[in-house]
Amino acid sequence: MTQEILDLTAPTLDRSFLVALAPDEKLRTCIQCGTCTASCASAYAMEYTPRQMWRMVQLGLKEEVLNSKTFWLCSTCYSCSVRCPRGIPLLETIGALKRTAIAERIGPYKESINFYRAFMDVVRRYGRVDELEFMTRYFLSTNIFSIIGYVPLGLAMLMHGKVTIKGGLRMAPRLVGISGAGRLDALFRKVEELEAEQ
Amino acid sequence: MRYFYYPGCSMSSSALEYDVSTKAVLGELGAEVVEVEDWTCCGASTAETVSFLLSLVLPARNLALAERMDGDGDFLVGCSACYTNHCKVGEHVKRDPRLLDKINAALSIEHLTYTGKVRVRHLLDVLANDFGPEAIAARVKRSLSALSVAPYYGCQIVRPYGLCDDSEYPTTMDEVLAATGAEVFPYAMKVKCCGGVLMTTKKDVALRLVGGLLQAAKGADCIVTVCPLCQMNLEAYQGDVSRYMGEDLHIPVLYLPQLLGLAFDLPREKLKLERNMASPRPVLDKLA
Repeated sequence: MTQEILDLTAPTLDRSFLVALAPDEKLRTCIQCGTCTASCASAYAMEYTPRQMWRMVQLGLKEEVLNSKTFWLCSTCYSCSVRCPRGIPLLETIGALKRTAIAERIGPYKESINFYRAFMDVVRRYGRVDELEFMTRYFLSTNIFSIIGYVPLGLAMLMHGKVTIKGGLRMAPRLVGISGAGRLDALFRKVEELEAEQ
Repeated sequence: MRYFYYPGCSMSSSALEYDVSTKAVLGELGAEVVEVEDWTCCGASTAETVSFLLSLVLPARNLALAERMDGDGDFLVGCSACYTNHCKVGEHVKRDPRLLDKINAALSIEHLTYTGKVRVRHLLDVLANDFGPEAIAARVKRSLSALSVAPYYGCQIVRPYGLCDDSEYPTTMDEVLAATGAEVFPYAMKVKCCGGVLMTTKKDVALRLVGGLLQAAKGADCIVTVCPLCQMNLEAYQGDVSRYMGEDLHIPVLYLPQLLGLAFDLPREKLKLERNMASPRPVLDKLA
């Protein structure tokens, strides 16, 4: 891991980043103890550990944080949140980071962004998630070749009755026609309106 | 006892065996299980990447549907992610009561109102606390004493809220398993993460996490789970995980009600073991 040297005296540090992510500002009380990193199942694969990332958020290093993969590697296990001695709701801030990255289309993690988007499209349209349809949408939106790695799994699932050919055929016209009223369109729209009012 | 049952998306499709065995075991214990009418997805761990309010409104919609159903009952969930999402509504409203108005303003479009009067319960919580080890032991027709079983709790049943068991060292599943006569395998990884959705978005990271879970279960006859995503991650990738870790890590993985169904000697079509992706054959052979 390469460690960049950050100039903490730079006048451009932007504290509005922390306030936007965590309006209750509890994150300001982080004492850098590292319990979050020690508790994190996927910290080993991150370029900045959770502890480092929280410091960067405190320092307003928005671009660096949003362009990192750290928060996309969170598997939402809540260990850090439960163990944080300051009681900071870290997972809620991870959620806010993902929302910001998706809304501002920042970041290197196209797979994750497409995954979340494809999932919510299916929820909005049908109310419930047909896993086969969702996974197909996801793979089509990412890299069509990435589906190859999951073919053995798909076949095994077919053998165990977990997905069906009938379901696949039923899904085909849905993938072509995306227009028309969705099952939860009105509810999603209402939530958007309420959030815009804030 | 009466429950408003929320199956959720996975238990209605790929994890149907969890749904069927849950209903069979609760029926055997004498519970009345009524499915929540017109339920929709709880938003999984995904809704909050779109909107915080949406991540509360989606589960609140299901709770509001349960509230208007006839009679009293708790809201029963089998999937740990669905469980945490439905608990999340009440926990957030407790912290910030203004959220209640916002949630109901959104739900008004569907002519629904959420008040928070229905309690959210996980299947394990119900088995361990509403029925308990004694009632379970009383229904056992075939002791599982030949089996050593590793109880895997996963994350979202005990975290972040810890409403039904300890967040760091839960024991309720151990007690339920012991009631069947099974030996409870000392499983140090019982609350370590299986990787969740990372198995799809960042597979190599999840393979390593599952590798650790399977390694720690070596010596047990099977692992038992209480969540469709944990189950899928633990059982469906054992070939990949074995190659990644450089050792054979194949082991049967059963849902808790499937194992209880074996102890209760329920008909096989109520357990649907043929749908399990890691073969349960070694478990069945040991019980034969």
